[in-house]
Amino acid sequence: MQPIIEFQNIYKEYPGVVANNNVSFKIIRQSIHAILGENGAGKSTLVKILYGHVKPDNGQIILNSDLATINSPTMAQSLGINMVFQHFSLFESLTVAENLILGMSEKISLSKLKSKSETICNKYGFNLNLNSPISSLSVGQRQSVEIVRSLLNNPKILIMDEPTSVLTPEEINKLFKIIKKLVADGLTVIFISHKLDEIINLSDYVTIMRNGKVISNLTTKNEDPESLGYKMLGYKVTKTEQINNINYSENVLSLSNLSSYSQDPFITNLNKINFNLKKGQILGIAGVAGNGQKELMEILLNENDFEFNGDIIFKNININKLSTFQRKSLSISYVTEQRLGHSAVPEMSLSENILLSMNHKSYFKKGDFINFDRINSYANNVIKNFNVDTPSFNVKAGKLSGGNLQKFIIGREIMSDPELLILSQPTWGIDAGSEAFIKKSLIELSQRGVSIIIISHDLDELLEVCHNISVLYEGSLSKSLNVENIDITTLGKYMGGLFD
Amino acid sequence: MNIDLVIGILNIVLISTTPLVFAGIGELVTEKSGVLNLGLEGLMLVGAVTGFITLVLTGNYFYSLFFSIISGVILSGMFAFLVLNLITNQIATGLALTIFGIGLSAMLGKKFSGTPIEGLNPYYFIVISFLLVFMVSYFLSNTKSGLIVRAVGEDHNSAYALGYNVIKTRYMTIIFGGVMSSLAGFYISICYAPMWQEGMTAGRGWIALALVVFATWKPWRLLVGAYIFGGVAIMQMNLQAIGVKLPGQFFNMMPYLATIIVLVFISSNKLRLRLSAPASLNIPFEKDQ
Repeated sequence: MQPIIEFQNIYKEYPGVVANNNVSFKIIRQSIHAILGENGAGKSTLVKILYGHVKPDNGQIILNSDLATINSPTMAQSLGINMVFQHFSLFESLTVAENLILGMSEKISLSKLKSKSETICNKYGFNLNLNSPISSLSVGQRQSVEIVRSLLNNPKILIMDEPTSVLTPEEINKLFKIIKKLVADGLTVIFISHKLDEIINLSDYVTIMRNGKVISNLTTKNEDPESLGYKMLGYKVTKTEQINNINYSENVLSLSNLSSYSQDPFITNLNKINFNLKKGQILGIAGVAGNGQKELMEILLNENDFEFNGDIIFKNININKLSTFQRKSLSISYVTEQRLGHSAVPEMSLSENILLSMNHKSYFKKGDFINFDRINSYANNVIKNFNVDTPSFNVKAGKLSGGNLQKFIIGREIMSDPELLILSQPTWGIDAGSEAFIKKSLIELSQRGVSIIIISHDLDELLEVCHNISVLYEGSLSKSLNVENIDITTLGKYMGGLFD
Repeated sequence: MNIDLVIGILNIVLISTTPLVFAGIGELVTEKSGVLNLGLEGLMLVGAVTGFITLVLTGNYFYSLFFSIISGVILSGMFAFLVLNLITNQIATGLALTIFGIGLSAMLGKKFSGTPIEGLNPYYFIVISFLLVFMVSYFLSNTKSGLIVRAVGEDHNSAYALGYNVIKTRYMTIIFGGVMSSLAGFYISICYAPMWQEGMTAGRGWIALALVVFATWKPWRLLVGAYIFGGVAIMQMNLQAIGVKLPGQFFNMMPYLATIIVLVFISSNKLRLRLSAPASLNIPFEKDQ
């Protein structure tokens, strides 16, 4: 079989890190070729080089058996290479039609664009209204715009960078069908992912990368998720089993008829949310981003006086009106989505970041003076107990890798002995080792009788850690499903809004 | 009030407002591409003094216009190099450009202050200013290049990812804005008040900046806004002439007050703000290597 692309000794170094270390492999024409690796393995750098976005320090790309110099995305497009980005490259205040025009290298009239995009939409089952502004579209629809925009250029090769990270299971199925049809019609697809199941389901070949190097090139049908995972990480991840140790007679947090009525079009209003969280229970709140997760976190945290109706009861106390500070004093702890800038101040040391979150504890103060000895020893304990890889507690928070910082932040909250811990996207964008460690810590915490709420887009994570899962859709919360006998189809339906 | 007075006032409004239209429409295009150039006042003054000196020395209006425009290209090109290539802070760089322009024009024009010249008929430029607004409006909403300018101002990372040259686009819009400002300056020293006097633009650069926000980045609204602001300024003189007791400062304040009111109005609604202001305005662009 004829390769369409061959990477030869691609080398790219950034200050302090080699992103691609002599990467060489081939991609077969008309196949789905997956590139698998952890965050920071060098997958994105490699495809950015192919797309002309990043210049390699060394090495070359052979395209259709000819040496190709690709200096810019425009050049890549003229060679038939197009890309669908992980973080969409759409212009929110422009219309769908304007976005499509911007993606095309040739000049085209509006009527011609319409007929051309309609042909593509009909063939692959997309549904687009050319005149609506991007800001009014759902995440799935935005991705459709991105894909249609790439297809308008009649590409030979389509690069997709983590295309499923923001989609519901149903949307993912639909996307995979489209990708398979595209390949049947002659396209070659390069699919980047760190999700093992997806790669097994979709791809023909898979290249595994770790620390900038190619670890192995495999034919997918000979592999299973476990073997791929082992090769991706270089070690086996041990899963901690969750067991049911819930004290059902004790309510820790109850929400009753929680609703919000904001006029802001960028806010998803919450609609009569009810749940009872028991002692030692982990409740997962699933759902596609933008369905009210931010607003729910906002209300639970109460940093901005977000207005709402209904009641929040923490252990028989109504905490509706209590500030974040007062809520923390009642032993509720929070881990917010944004690690740098919200959970931790990047320019401050780890010890100082301890104090910022523990300000309500008099233990760290003598009068109004800071007791640095106590803070430092607390920080040291967090570093030791949560495997944080850092030379000392004086290192600035911004210098830590995502996984290490997240372990530090979660450790900081867990060591303050909370009765309730509320987390948002706890393992988003961190390495698999830290992810496994955090999941284990959360499971152990619940075993000790602490109640936990996890708001996350990552279903696999929730299924592994939680006792119960509810789905947030357009501000409404589904009833909770017991993870022990959960049905993925039902969960998928819930994520698409099919619940009462 | 008789009809002659009304026509007289309209005439003065028409003549005095044109520099606002020139500078404002230039800045509008610059800001549409995501760059805030606070150097308008400086650009106008240098454009005014270069045009004036060239006219005194050569007696040729064409040379005068040409060198005035060249001054705008050079100064705004410097500004573009600083903010685009060296990624300096746009606000600080723009303020520096204004202060630099005020000083440079005063120094260059010192010998020429008070030299009499024969002015150029302003009506040609008034017609040109209307045509320009029409052309910019058509360019931004009906051409692909205009769409690219808006796309770059909306999200420069996405525009770059799609293969557009963000830096080049912004060089063009900054230099267009610079040329328009120097044209406004040329108009002031050659047509409006044929003379040179230090600081003779009298804050029109700042009003033009306010005007862009007042117009919520829309060319036709900018034209209307310019005539409202210009009208208010002229009204001040006429009202004082017929004996209305309102302090002049009150009128001088009006354009800025109106701009603040518009700003409060568009900021009160996030969607409106999102749809009117270029989202990348004043955000530096650095591409990864």
